[in-house]
Order: sequence, then C-alpha cells, then structure tokens
Amino acid sequence: MAMDADAIEKLIAQGIPDAKIIIRDLANDGEHYAAEVISESFRGKSRVEQHQMVYKALNGNMGGLLHALALQTRIPE
Amino acid sequence: MTSVHDFIDEAIKNNNIVLFMKGTKNFPQCGFSNQAVQILQYLNVPFLDVNVLEDEDLRQEIKDYSQWPTIPQLYIKGEFIGGADIMKEMFQTNELKELLETKNLLTK
Repeated sequence: MAMDADAIEKLIAQGIPDAKIIIRDLANDGEHYAAEVISESFRGKSRVEQHQMVYKALNGNMGGLLHALALQTRIPE
Repeated sequence: MTSVHDFIDEAIKNNNIVLFMKGTKNFPQCGFSNQAVQILQYLNVPFLDVNVLEDEDLRQEIKDYSQWPTIPQLYIKGEFIGGADIMKEMFQTNELKELLETKNLLTK
C-alpha cells in the first residue's frame, strides 16, 4: 500500500524541521505525488543536494512505496 | 568481465551525455523517462540512453552509484545532474541549455 500525503509530510518535516511542505496527490490514487519543499537549510546547496536531503528524510521509502514523487525544492524568499 | 559499477564508470566517462532510463530513447517505458528524453531531444543534443530495465543489477547499482533513488538519471560529462524534476526545472529556467553551452555540447 502506498503512503498518504500526511505520512509523506511528517517524514519530510522530521528530516527537515524548518521546511514548509506542500503535498499534492496528483491522481488521487495514493501513489503519485508532487511535493514542494521550502527550507532555509537548502541555501547554498545544489538541486541534487536539496533533493537528496528530502529523499533522506523519506528514509528509504522513495524507491519502494513511493515510486512517483515529483519534487520541487526552494529556499524561502 | 566488467562489473556493473565499471560499466557505469565507462558509460559516463566515454559519453558526454548519458541518460539512465526505463526503456530506450525511441521507446521510453515510463512518463518521467519520457519527459527526460523529450527535453534532450528538444535541445537537439546527442546522448547515450541506457535502459536499466534490461538488467536488474544495473537498475540497483545506478541508484547506489549516484546516491539517487529513482530513474531517470542524467549525467553530463561525468557529472550527475539530476532526475526528471531537476531536468524540467533547469530546462524551464534555461539553465540546462546554458550548462550544455558552457560544456560545448550544443549542436549549433
């Protein structure tokens, strides 16, 4: 069973405490999500590094349960 | 007999642009891989497509190699650039085109 939006948000928030997180369920099927993550801790990091931080927060659930997460990361204005 | 790791090393060393994807550039087998192919084709750059569905070891190894959990994965001149999301974002901001220009990879 795939994860739900709350679970995803909680995991990201645990790994990146200052993050503002917006999750959308793209197809209402619990399997395809878009996440926008905004955090000061991303400042100075490449996109790859920023995404890796989010993947790390998701704690290995990425490849397994969550096979489609469209990710956007940015630093706060 | 080269290991999978060596195969990946060689592929990204010997080819300027390498896309590890699901399916082939002519027959992508996943929406994200397809998106990546479309972007590269729009930019009109030659690239090597590596179909990870052909080899389960390769499919696993590339994720460890790049420290990146998903496919597709784009390498430019041996450097990991990102997956479909990053490619799309860089494409939209023109960063991808500029990166290719800087590396003298744009065919014009």
